[in-house]
Amino acid sequence: MLYINCPHCGMRSQNEFSYGGDASVKRPELNTEISDKEWDDFVYNRKSLRGKHLELWQHISGCRQWIKVERDTATHEIFRTFKADEEVA
Amino acid sequence: MQKYSIFNLVKNAFSNHENWDLAWKDPTPKEEYDVVIIGGGGHGLATAYYLAKEHNITNVAIIEKGWIGGGNVGRNTTIIRSNYMHDENGLFSEFGMDLWRKMSQDLNYNVMFSPRGIINLAHSDAQMNAYARRGNSMRLNGIDAVLLNREQVKEIIPMADFSENVRFPIFGGLMQPSAGTARHDAVAWGYARQADSMGVDIIQNCEVIGFDVSAGKIKGIRTSRGNIKAKKVGICVAGSTNILAEKLNMTLPIETHLLQACVSEPVKPVLDNVVTFGAGHFYVSQSDKGEMVMGGDLDGYNSYAQRGNLPTLQHVLTEGIAMMPFLSKLKMLRTWGGIMDMSMDGSPIIDKTHIEGLYLNCGWCYGGFKATPASGWTFAHTIAQDRVHELNAGYSLNRFSTGHLIDEKGLGTKTWIS
Repeated sequence: MLYINCPHCGMRSQNEFSYGGDASVKRPELNTEISDKEWDDFVYNRKSLRGKHLELWQHISGCRQWIKVERDTATHEIFRTFKADEEVA
Repeated sequence: MQKYSIFNLVKNAFSNHENWDLAWKDPTPKEEYDVVIIGGGGHGLATAYYLAKEHNITNVAIIEKGWIGGGNVGRNTTIIRSNYMHDENGLFSEFGMDLWRKMSQDLNYNVMFSPRGIINLAHSDAQMNAYARRGNSMRLNGIDAVLLNREQVKEIIPMADFSENVRFPIFGGLMQPSAGTARHDAVAWGYARQADSMGVDIIQNCEVIGFDVSAGKIKGIRTSRGNIKAKKVGICVAGSTNILAEKLNMTLPIETHLLQACVSEPVKPVLDNVVTFGAGHFYVSQSDKGEMVMGGDLDGYNSYAQRGNLPTLQHVLTEGIAMMPFLSKLKMLRTWGGIMDMSMDGSPIIDKTHIEGLYLNCGWCYGGFKATPASGWTFAHTIAQDRVHELNAGYSLNRFSTGHLIDEKGLGTKTWIS
């Protein structure tokens, strides 16, 4: 069982959350010309890192907020959690 | 190579079975190979076997980080089927069914292929219609499919929950009678033994740490046991695909996720077929030892840990108990997890890459085991001829950018988000 520290609600079990994928993926800016390659990278291509991975989760059975979680994909250790709009250094 | 036969079994019994040949050797890597296959799992071993058998290319090495057959071919639910609607998947898998039927004779190794049939249960009229459509598509591609009504399903699996007041009543099902199971380890060992006998070097405990590429052409690989030159390199590493891709500065339409499965304590024969729940993701069959072999959903988040978490297992088994209530009385014997190369449309990739001489075989999602022979056969063709075979032409790497996705389930781009 993963325990995720929701920045809004505190420590909760993974049962309350749903997963939203790689948080480092940025949607291309609206109203700018982008190449097929850039769009491809946004929609399909993923690094799928082994080790430290910044990812989106939604506290779907809690405050329903989206959050960012820094987690190790090999050990499942969770290092830090952030609000969705927080910049992660 | 010593043939496995009743005669040799009796002969070796007189010497207490101490004089059998080793099934495969433990060679030191040579300086150069015509083809290097990275990954000694089912697909990699099958690829090497078909390179030797179909294309007469025997200066081949299989490079395996751990031991052969220790990854997903050693940790799956052994289901073999070709009940797909789309032509690309149906024709590819049905080609594989033919190879499965001949495999034990072909490899001189009993892979215990058991064509016991698979039944996908339907729980609504809409689902029955969808199954009728899929069944018709299968039959057009020469794959056997039978649409069963509720009474016919009850004849075959009376132990399922056929009571009236359940949340997901059984309306009927779609059956592929020729589908089945096989002994997974034997598949890996059978391919390894034959490949070895034809001159393929199986090199275990050898990790790939880098690639030598110059002028857009592959020159060789760097490994924990030294550099190996190669004219061609095939990558066949399932859940570790992204790790190798990173070394090549490639990002792929693949994420690595964890899939769990489990077996119950062994019980007397009760279930003759493979059965899947239609209102969720759960499948079950009974092994020859009597264990109920069960699996279902991914854990749901990126993972390279070859072990799972209990919430997913609980969720999957809740579906199982809804389908067959007697399962709740069984004790769990073992659970395990493997890391899956989940592609963005749920279908695999067998293709050339932008680097000359480098080939990619990945994206098998939930269905890698059943694809082992067809994957090896087509990948060997792609490597040997430097062009894709018509069977794997649809499994291209660029189909995501051109919009030619093969989305069997209609789940969109993120197949694991339900």
